[in-house]
Amino acid sequence: MKILVCISHVPDTTSKISFTDNHTKFDSNGVQFIIGPYDDYALARAIEIKEATGGTVTVLNVGEADTEPTIRKALAIGADDAIRVNAFPSDSYFVAQQIASIAKEEKYDMILMGRESIDFNGGMVHGMVGEMLGIPSVSPVMKLEVEGGKAKMAREIEGGKEYLEVSLPLVAGCQEPIAEWKIPNMRGIMSARTKPLKVVEPASNDTRTKLSQYQMPAAKGAVKMVSADNVAELVSLLKNEAKVL
Amino acid sequence: METKEKTMPKGGEFLIKETAAANIFIPEEWTEEQKMIAQTCRDFLEAEVFPRLDEIDSMKNPELMPSLLDKAGELGLLGTSVPEQYGGFGMNFNTSMLVAEVLGAGHSFAVAISAHTGIGTLPILYYGNEAQKAKYLPKLATGEWKAAYCLTEPDSGSDANSGKTKAVLSADGKHYVINGQKMWITNGGFADIYIVFAKIDNDKNLSAFIVEKSFGGVTMNEEEKKMGIKGSSTRQIFLNDCKVPVENLLSERENGFKIAVNILNIGRIKLAAAAIGACKKVTSTAVNYSNERKQFGTSISNFGAIKLKIAEMATRTYASESAAYRAGQNIDDAYDALIAGGMDEAQAKLKAVEQFAIECAILKVHGSEVLDYVVDEGVQIYGGMGFSAEGPMDRAYRDARINRIFEGTNEINRLLTIDMILKRAMKGELDLIGPAMAVAKELMEIPDFGASEDEGLFAAEKKVLKNLKKAGLMISGAAVQKFMQKLSDEQEILTNLADMLIEGYVAESVMLRTEKLVALKGEEACKVQIDMTRLYFNHAVQVVAKAGREAIASFAEGDEQRMMLMGLKRFTKVDPLNVKEVRRSIAEHLIAKNEYPF
Ligand SMILES: Cc1cc2nc3c(=O)[nH]c(=O)nc-3n(C[C@H](O)[C@H](O)[C@H](O)COP(=O)(O)OP(=O)(O)OC[C@H]3O[C@@H](n4cnc5c(N)ncnc54)[C@H](O)[C@@H]3O)c2cc1C
Repeated sequence: MKILVCISHVPDTTSKISFTDNHTKFDSNGVQFIIGPYDDYALARAIEIKEATGGTVTVLNVGEADTEPTIRKALAIGADDAIRVNAFPSDSYFVAQQIASIAKEEKYDMILMGRESIDFNGGMVHGMVGEMLGIPSVSPVMKLEVEGGKAKMAREIEGGKEYLEVSLPLVAGCQEPIAEWKIPNMRGIMSARTKPLKVVEPASNDTRTKLSQYQMPAAKGAVKMVSADNVAELVSLLKNEAKVL
Repeated sequence: METKEKTMPKGGEFLIKETAAANIFIPEEWTEEQKMIAQTCRDFLEAEVFPRLDEIDSMKNPELMPSLLDKAGELGLLGTSVPEQYGGFGMNFNTSMLVAEVLGAGHSFAVAISAHTGIGTLPILYYGNEAQKAKYLPKLATGEWKAAYCLTEPDSGSDANSGKTKAVLSADGKHYVINGQKMWITNGGFADIYIVFAKIDNDKNLSAFIVEKSFGGVTMNEEEKKMGIKGSSTRQIFLNDCKVPVENLLSERENGFKIAVNILNIGRIKLAAAAIGACKKVTSTAVNYSNERKQFGTSISNFGAIKLKIAEMATRTYASESAAYRAGQNIDDAYDALIAGGMDEAQAKLKAVEQFAIECAILKVHGSEVLDYVVDEGVQIYGGMGFSAEGPMDRAYRDARINRIFEGTNEINRLLTIDMILKRAMKGELDLIGPAMAVAKELMEIPDFGASEDEGLFAAEKKVLKNLKKAGLMISGAAVQKFMQKLSDEQEILTNLADMLIEGYVAESVMLRTEKLVALKGEEACKVQIDMTRLYFNHAVQVVAKAGREAIASFAEGDEQRMMLMGLKRFTKVDPLNVKEVRRSIAEHLIAKNEYPF
């Protein structure tokens, strides 16, 4: 089994988010970066499958050199090797193209990633990669077993679950409880140093979107307490001030 | 930057020598790999320990703590100091300090893991013969066997060499039969291996033994009920005709006290690291609360009285950390030099730590007292919620207190620092007499009130530091002259001298760290660290001035007293610092980050 896990390099969930350059650039100063939490589930499951059935796990990240500590962490968790596509991941389409271009050459049995990254939360890359490669893509996958050249998956759908059997190769966008996050152990950390991390230049520079500006959500206003007896006032506030009725 | 040849520092030498900032290690230099190790420790606490703090402290499930140690073992966290050939990872000393620091935020678990990996494992690692190491270390490194260290007895605490536990060789010469009682044994309830100190026949000094619980003859009392670290197993252990094979004598007969002392040296500096980890966590928690808690229509973090606390908590933590890793690197450097000189690994590690035993004792005292300061202010920032058993400060406050007691009480460690310095001076290893005479001579001369010759960022602090050292030399020199061999009876004065020493060492370490950091990142990026350095100096000078005055008034009279008081005044003279502004700017940095960010 040859598995590719695509990881994003995203701000830690507790980071304070701010912008610079007239709200056009994310201010990464002092921000701690982590493996995208959903990608981390995908990685954990990939390693479980590899441990059970053999094979290799390659991690791929589209990012500039500052993402390497995040990639090394994935190697410490247990991936065998890594590829960094040396480019800023400007949008989903751009990232998907890079993944597809590498996957075309390498012929992976499975391409796993998170259901979405937690920075821009696009949730589109897996679908695009599937389309570009002409193979099935499924998301959000909560259970993934491989049996006799087929993947058995459980997927969350509106109001229930869907059980699927999909032929390989495939793309899957993963989420919990597909596996439990793995904490890199000491041996993994020490071996990460010597595992191959290949840097390649982007296959194309085609992007489909242009960012014009970020906007912070409006600060939370003060809370107005309305007495339980005064339903009329509540209704009037909801109508006239909050304008939600 | 680091073009200068790294000169090998010697323990205690900071008293009489200046250190170049480029030659110390600063925590901002952790490698990517070390940061990853620290993150693994953090992730482990988050996943396994923090969600179970109440359950751990309740002691209802005796399997819980050993199972957490097993999980830590699976991650390799029990084997950081153990060489690879025995199933560990052979990390350097400073990395093992980093692990101790991060895990130090883990309350009772921190005590359990540090007892296992420290006083439990290290005696075998550093004093075991090949067969002992091969038999025990791999199992200790994975956690398959858990370890405890049995030195203290009901009548033998600080006076550790006075233990009554006896070992007698059996008639067939194959076993030592051990009888006695040990007290306050951490991990006692679940350990498989006990390092037991006992006297063979009528020996004057202790010997050390590796005792497996399975040898039989080991029984214990119920768990002690304690003020804090309630989830850490602490037992009285009874040895009743416990038959220990002769090959389980550790090192040589009567070498036990030396083992105990050397292992405690390591324990002390690691305790400081653990205290720093707890300080960081408590400070972050308190800063976050101060941002969330509103009174008088605003976050309490907007109040100057709260900012003052946050700034002091951060500054003292930063200071202790600066000193701890400076000393840790010194130990690593000394070790490397000894290895290069052909010494074997265990021997080199011990010698390196012994060389810095003064610094280890200084750090133990400083780290544990900073932690107590930090938890106290943490409770205060939380107000009533700080006093509530439902809030996080209650546990932090209770758990911190033990650190001033175990691994040698802070009284004993203060006395030790001065004792070790004087012994080294006596042996000619540390030239104190020359510098002390120079200070005495300077006292007779017209004081130099000129500007310092140095121009750089910390020119003023460098001058202050020189003066603080002079103050220490002046008073200790006079005290030695006055009391000679009897100085050891004057514990109050020794305690004063220790305070001067501790503050001098830590102040120097903070300054060197910030100086190096500024060289790496520029002044603009290090404003808060520069402020913390100045604030710490302000504090250190006050402590030194007070301790110095007390000491002088305790033994000098008449002209000598007047002259020394004048000298002290001169040596502790500093320009006033606008502490209000400095503290505000430090605190505001933490408040904006919503944590301790250094
Ligand atoms: C929770 C806990 C865990 C522990 N874990 C272990 C363990 O795993 N293994 C182990 O062997 N021990 C352990 N200890 C024991 C610990 O190291 C001792 O409690 C400590 O060394 C102090 O000894 P003591 O309690 O007998 O106090 P004492 O020695 O009776 O001291 C009482 C007071 O007198 C002071 N004092 C004593 N002698 C002098 C002196 N010469 N000059 C000035 N002041 C002095 C002390 O500083 C202290 O303030 C533990 C203790 C506790 C509470």
